[in-house]
Amino acid sequence: MEELILDIGRWLVSGLQGLGLSAAWADLVLLLVQWGCIVGIVTANVIVLIWLERKVSGFIQQRLGPNRLGPYGVFQTVADAMKLMTKEDIIPSGADRTLFVLAPMLFIIVAVMLYVVLPMGRDMAIVDLNVGLFYFISVGSLSTICLLMAGWGSHNKWSLLGAMRSVAQMVSYEIPLAFSLLGVVMIVGSLNLGDIVAAQQRVWFVLLQPVAFVVFFVAATAELNRGPFDMPEAEQELTAGAFTEYTGMRWALFFLAEYTNLVAVSALASTLFLGGWQGPLLPSWLWIIVKTYLVMLVFMWLRWTFPRIRMDHLMSLSWKVLIPVSLANIVVTGAGLELFRAMGW
Amino acid sequence: MSDQATIGIFLLLTLAFPAGAMAAAWLFRPAPIQSAEKRTPYECGVDTRGPSWMRFRVNYFLYALVFLAFDVETIFLYPWAVRFQALGLFAFVEMLVFIAILALGLWYAWKEGALQWY
Repeated sequence: MEELILDIGRWLVSGLQGLGLSAAWADLVLLLVQWGCIVGIVTANVIVLIWLERKVSGFIQQRLGPNRLGPYGVFQTVADAMKLMTKEDIIPSGADRTLFVLAPMLFIIVAVMLYVVLPMGRDMAIVDLNVGLFYFISVGSLSTICLLMAGWGSHNKWSLLGAMRSVAQMVSYEIPLAFSLLGVVMIVGSLNLGDIVAAQQRVWFVLLQPVAFVVFFVAATAELNRGPFDMPEAEQELTAGAFTEYTGMRWALFFLAEYTNLVAVSALASTLFLGGWQGPLLPSWLWIIVKTYLVMLVFMWLRWTFPRIRMDHLMSLSWKVLIPVSLANIVVTGAGLELFRAMGW
Repeated sequence: MSDQATIGIFLLLTLAFPAGAMAAAWLFRPAPIQSAEKRTPYECGVDTRGPSWMRFRVNYFLYALVFLAFDVETIFLYPWAVRFQALGLFAFVEMLVFIAILALGLWYAWKEGALQWY
């Protein structure tokens, strides 16, 4: 079971080489298959996730949630997706068409690109990049620009206000996010996600870096624009923030990208702090799925439990609490490592 | 293939994903019924008044400036964190100085009211 997916890959490459393809071309086909798997699984998974989110919210609010289409309403999101496919495509008259059209496309491209470096099992990262963590943070922060493009391109006051808020928020929470991961990097001495997982053989980093984990979790919730930090698209006051003018497939791409980001960030959280794909009995690729889903359930729990945070509180939480705390965490981690070395542990 | 080449090819493949999705939607969706009314910007029941691309409070830009400073610090801190264990006590003292300067900057921005949202 452990080697199942790797074996399929090896079988594919050797089979193609048996057909007379050169090694480079066989690798290229393997990459194409991997890409297809990621995009397919991401899309199918988002449909499951939206259903799950609605069921979880229903459970928390003592409602039933979707329950008409299929057992437990599982086909509800499939129907929603088909509805979105058949919607008219409306571009508002004053819009900056280029920005308006490009924004959702770039958003989903950025979201899918995050999966290149994630180790989805033992030796199962598509690229075992030596600066993997840095790549993830830098590519992930590009989504800010897509939201600003959407808000500016729509030529709508709600959109622009939502976009400005989300830029202010994401920019502020990016710093505690990046700082909180420094503690982990200091302990491991590598930015390679595979090395970081391997370093958690004996003890998970959530135990060594609990403060960093909490800071990371809060900052990640804000980066994902999820409740209680969903000020940028607070539907009661801003309609839908930057997405107000979007219809049909363009809007669906935004939604898809948001949930794709959620999965990627949850997988990163379990890779960095919860031991990644390591675990007893089950194969490694199953462990990362289990952990990612548990992290995502916590994100959903948070979203439906806490009321939305006011904008000024939101900003001061980042700048006046999380950033000083994460800086202090770096100093304490450094001092701890020095102390350990001085003691000869 | 080198890592960078793999990521580049992956990016090229990923470009096809939104394009494919939009093409699929183009197959299914009806031709939009064009009317000036439908294409007006969304507003709560009335027409939008005044320019939509308007000025914003300076607040947002103050945050952006402070962010810029901190983001550059992040780039400096990452290589340092990777080599931390290899460099020994020297790295730790260096880091203390660096973070003290960073904290000083944060304190200054705080004192000057750049972190005040109003």
